[in-house]
Amino acid sequence: MSRIELQEARVCAETGRGEVEILAATTLTLTEPRIALIGANGSGKSTLARLVNGLVTPRSGRVVVDGLDVTREGREVRRRVAFAFTDPTAQLVMPTVIEDVSLSLRRTHPDRDDRTRAAQAVLDRYGLGDLADRSVHSLSGGQRQLLALAGVLATDPDVLVADEPTTLLDLANTRKVADLLFSLRQQLLLVTHDLDLAMRSDRAVLVDGGRVTADGAPREVVDHYRAGVP
Amino acid sequence: MSDLIGVYQPGTTFLHRMPAGAKLVAMAVISVVTVVYRSPVTSVVLLVVVAALLAVARVRLALLLRTLRGLLVVMTVITAYQVWQQGWQHAVTVVGALVGLILLATVLTVTTSVDEMLDTVTRALGPFRRVGVDPDLVALAFSLMIRGIPTTIELARETRQAAMARGLERNPRALITPMVLRTVAHARATGEALHARGVGD
Repeated sequence: MSRIELQEARVCAETGRGEVEILAATTLTLTEPRIALIGANGSGKSTLARLVNGLVTPRSGRVVVDGLDVTREGREVRRRVAFAFTDPTAQLVMPTVIEDVSLSLRRTHPDRDDRTRAAQAVLDRYGLGDLADRSVHSLSGGQRQLLALAGVLATDPDVLVADEPTTLLDLANTRKVADLLFSLRQQLLLVTHDLDLAMRSDRAVLVDGGRVTADGAPREVVDHYRAGVP
Repeated sequence: MSDLIGVYQPGTTFLHRMPAGAKLVAMAVISVVTVVYRSPVTSVVLLVVVAALLAVARVRLALLLRTLRGLLVVMTVITAYQVWQQGWQHAVTVVGALVGLILLATVLTVTTSVDEMLDTVTRALGPFRRVGVDPDLVALAFSLMIRGIPTTIELARETRQAAMARGLERNPRALITPMVLRTVAHARATGEALHARGVGD
């Protein structure tokens, strides 16, 4: 598994009335295969997750993945760390299913025929092979999320950061996506409101008001979270 | 209009097999000729040529009609205005050229995968690497522009439905302001997604 280190990483945002701290200086070392980030809306858990892929850069402190500094070596880090968003629509940037996966493979497969074959193999692996030529607009929510995951997993990264990937899905699709996520060989950093999913992880981290307030075995962290909700 | 424009339909027709570069050049030439030699005859000839190309590309008629249905409203308004201001001959020239060129672009996107388009633009811009141009990035921008057409139309439809649900369908502010905000937000989200996927790194 990869070693994800947050070293006093602090995130701030500029507003019309000055600077606001989104995430207080946080130090964490994440090495477990499945890690859940839980917490209320606006608690800072997505910001913490985005630090790992370089989508957010720390105002101070460092984020290091396998020895690579996310701010200075962002390109190398993004080749190792994939990111899946809550709403897959924004993530699907090509018109058809196979073209979207092909986009991820342009760097590793310069030849178009070779790339198309590789993209079809990726789609087959995730049960989307029959949809290859369909417009991404015509897919259901569950199919879009699976495609978004297939797109980021096509390059075989070491880590997958998934920001509430099941929030917009019905029960059947939630199960399908969750089963896929928990069957991957990749290290998983999962931001979720689904406490059942959090319980399936090896470690859970609770973020509240921009600070890590509990960290450890999922059962204990989830109980701590539940106890704090009025 | 979002049914066809920007969406590739796989096939094996002559137009599908034709290199994307040749199609792009042909489209550019036809567009320039239509504008330089503008007349009712030119527009009618363009429409006939495009109709033939749509038939050759085996574009599904039902989809084509759905595409035209969206176009019809805008073109009716433009036609009425042109007839009123400049007469029917000018209306045929302008509207015929507009419809013809939109359908010509549709032939290109229906018969050419974005992946192929990316390769073609990347190859064509290869020599410009020496002066600092990144062909991959330009090709990606080109593809995103094509992809942006159906996406923007979809956002407009959603915004209109949201306004209707609140009884504000006749209020231009309730349509235009959220439409602009949603389009910009979508563009930002797309940029963020590309960044997350390492595209353009």
